[in-house]
Amino acid sequence: MDNKIKMQAKNVDFFYGKNQALKNVNLNVYANKVTAMIGPSGCGKSTFIRLFNRMNELVAHTTLKGKILLDDLDINSPLVDAVDIRKRVGMVFQKPNPFPKTIFENISYGLKVNGIKDKAFIEQKVEDSLKKAVIWAEVKDRLNDSALKLSGGQQQRLCIARCLAVETEVILFDEPCASLDPISTAKIEELILELKKDYSIVIVTHNMQQAARVSDYTGFFLLGELIEFGKTQDIFTAPKDKKTEAYITGRFG
Amino acid sequence: MKKEFSQNLGFFGLFLCMLTTILALGSIIYFIAARGFSVLSWSFLTQVPYSAMTKGGIAPVIVGTFYITLGAIMFALPLGIACAVYLCEYSPKSIVVNIIRISINNLAGVPSVVFGLFGLAVFVKFFGFGVSILSGSLTLGILALPMIISSAQEALLAVPQSIREASLSLGATKWGTIKNIVLPTALPGILTGVILSIGRVAGETAPILFTAAAFYTRGYPKSVFSEVMALPYHIYALMTEGAHPDKQRAIAYGCSLVLLFLVLFISGFAIFLRQRQRSLYG
Ligand SMILES: Nc1ncnc2c1ncn2[C@@H]1O[C@H](COP(=O)(O)OP(=O)(O)O)[C@@H](O)[C@H]1O
Ligand SMILES: [Mg+2]
Repeated sequence: MDNKIKMQAKNVDFFYGKNQALKNVNLNVYANKVTAMIGPSGCGKSTFIRLFNRMNELVAHTTLKGKILLDDLDINSPLVDAVDIRKRVGMVFQKPNPFPKTIFENISYGLKVNGIKDKAFIEQKVEDSLKKAVIWAEVKDRLNDSALKLSGGQQQRLCIARCLAVETEVILFDEPCASLDPISTAKIEELILELKKDYSIVIVTHNMQQAARVSDYTGFFLLGELIEFGKTQDIFTAPKDKKTEAYITGRFG
Repeated sequence: MKKEFSQNLGFFGLFLCMLTTILALGSIIYFIAARGFSVLSWSFLTQVPYSAMTKGGIAPVIVGTFYITLGAIMFALPLGIACAVYLCEYSPKSIVVNIIRISINNLAGVPSVVFGLFGLAVFVKFFGFGVSILSGSLTLGILALPMIISSAQEALLAVPQSIREASLSLGATKWGTIKNIVLPTALPGILTGVILSIGRVAGETAPILFTAAAFYTRGYPKSVFSEVMALPYHIYALMTEGAHPDKQRAIAYGCSLVLLFLVLFISGFAIFLRQRQRSLYG
């Protein structure tokens, strides 16, 4: 099965000041697949995923070595604007982070950012995005309420809808279910499976069952190193590395 | 048992502290009201003074205070917010910027009469605005600036990093994020600074002494270059100058009462705005 590569990390080293958080990581994100990153807390999963949309630039005194490619485009080339990359690579964060605005404005914001002014189009797009993120039924009568009044699970689906409205090519999920209840988690997992028709997806999770349920590929990180990367099925049934095996069988921190 | 006793003692102590504060505030309002209330009337608020200030009202004085306060805020608010945005969002963390920060904080501690002299030298003389609403507003604006900057800075710092990241992750530019997400979110906090500075600005005497205020002007100010009567200076003048000290004293208390209500009114309005903003975002 030959899969198209959507994004690629090549020989990536990353430093916070002098602290090395990632060590020579090489990994492919395949188009229309779900790629999971697993590993114990602090092993560099968030750091790694935030390289794909240049989010780590917001942190002072960091150094990146190696390349991140998006369809063969070196996203860190001086000719490339981070803003343009983020319009193609969206992100859903660990903690739901809706804007302190209305539900409607939360979704329409990304459209306005992209210069869209057509009101009818925006309204349609808001509805579509909320429907796709399976939250439309819960909010359709209160689009002008503050988004902060929603429950945690609803807020997270709203954040997903917000990301969908921008029509990116890739979506990065950084532990999207970490602060959610099992029912909301199940809804989001279902949604991710649905989304891979249209998007290439990267998801960080420290929940191995979740990785097994939703992903096609899995990478196992430990202390900043990518220990093993491959088809999810292979990683979970026949891990090549002893450390991977120890982690997935739960004999590990 | 013993624990409960000491806890109750603690609560009682706190209650006493609160009581003292309220008593102090209450007695200020009571004494000023008791002495000033007799002169308050509709005509006191709406007429111009005559017969060497002893008759008529203080309408131009109220209007004057309103103008210079408004002018000061109109000048200091955009400038203060711009400063705070630069310091919080754009400035590199360097020694120079730290010195600027420290200077701003120190500016807040400069005695107000020094601002008055500065205003006289710079706005009245150097720029040639004369003793006028403009000079007074600018001087008071500079006085209000550090208050507005530091409350705006605090409000900006309180905006969670997570929603900035959310905005940027949608492809917004840094400036777009600040304008559309950060500033609106910080607005209630910034308004708090405005409330505080309005109270301060409206009540200041020394900065307008040499830059804006006159003991008596005929009628209302005509332009931003007019001298004005303003409540705090008017109170001072009524108590220290003029030929009818007794009659003037009652009017001075009346003015104090009006000033108090004016500040309460303006603050109330700002609190209302802030509350509305909060409920929108809450
Ligand atoms: N903003 C930051 N500044 C400095 N060090 C950081 C920062 N964010 C993460 N780190 C460090 O980088 C390492 C990896 O963290 P992270 O990527 O958040 O791990 P994970 O998401 O796998 O839990 C940790 O040792 C963490 O302390
Ligand atoms: Mg993390």
